[in-house]
Amino acid sequence: MMDRKECLKAIARQVNDADIVLPVYSTAFDWIDIRPSPLNYLSHGAMGLASSHALGLALGRPDKRVIVLDGDGSLLMNLGTLVTLAEAAPKNLYHFVMENGTYEANGGHPIPGRGAVSFAGLARSAGHKNVYEFADLKVFEQQAGAILAETGPVFLCLKIVSSGEQERDYSRLHGPHVRKAFRDALGAG
Amino acid sequence: MSSSTNAAASRSVAGLSGESIIRQINSSGIEFVVSVPDITTSDGLLRPLAKGAGPRLIRICKEDEGVAICAGLAYTGKRGLLLIQQTGLLDSINAVRGVAVEYSLPICMMVGLLEKEVGIMPRESKRYGVRIVEPILDAMGIGYHNIEQESDVVKIRPAIDAAFKDSKPTVILIGQRPS
Repeated sequence: MMDRKECLKAIARQVNDADIVLPVYSTAFDWIDIRPSPLNYLSHGAMGLASSHALGLALGRPDKRVIVLDGDGSLLMNLGTLVTLAEAAPKNLYHFVMENGTYEANGGHPIPGRGAVSFAGLARSAGHKNVYEFADLKVFEQQAGAILAETGPVFLCLKIVSSGEQERDYSRLHGPHVRKAFRDALGAG
Repeated sequence: MSSSTNAAASRSVAGLSGESIIRQINSSGIEFVVSVPDITTSDGLLRPLAKGAGPRLIRICKEDEGVAICAGLAYTGKRGLLLIQQTGLLDSINAVRGVAVEYSLPICMMVGLLEKEVGIMPRESKRYGVRIVEPILDAMGIGYHNIEQESDVVKIRPAIDAAFKDSKPTVILIGQRPS
């Protein structure tokens, strides 16, 4: 298992200023401190939909890498997205799932199928060809750059544990200023 | 609701052409149609769109995905149209609430009304699943347009243009099967 913040730092080292990143819930709160950027797309409106927003962004801006940092509970809420993404096959979309086995932001309750579900297996069965799974931080750090240089869509499952308590100010994710900043930044380049 | 309340008089309506609806879609700058198949629009709209009669077709598994896909497209300046059935709209209400209404995004939904009687306005339908649609949209503050005959088709492009100009969702209700 990998510490989430360390995992996110490894991802951030491979992310450039032009990339769009969509982190969800607990991952989002860690991510926006690690990589503050107006091109973090944080307002998803309903649980589970980050990867679908990402598909729209990836189709509309094929010149940019679009990186989703999804949750396992979130993905369970929108499993069909795996099939949709595999069929639409955007070359610039990278779908990470941070698997911690819980609904961390909703009280830490276990997800259904905790420890039994293979998210990488689900992705492969949905038609994804580039699928990875990591539970060792050093191995992930060594491979992250090359994976993010592949032609998408790419699916990665990262087995993580929480980095501890967070202050969750949801206005940092859903406030109108966040969406305006994203719109302005995307429009500018 | 009692049956007498539902005994709305049927209007005489002309047919509806899928070709002319697609012309409106194309002229309104829609580049992506995002769809779960709907029996009302299946033959007249979805099949020709799948054959390349207009925008790129993105097939999705569930309608709320489409709400978010259209949102992502909107941020990039591209126009998407979600082509679904009212059952899918009902299933997606939380996504529509959060993404389209609360974020005030131009999510355009073309919604086939399954089992609506031709010539009967949706809210007067005998079908519960049809007559609740407009009141729900009213409660959510979402504008909608009834397209049931050829003379209604000209409402489509202005509805889409207004949604993007004002950055608000809109629903285009298709009330009979287009040819």
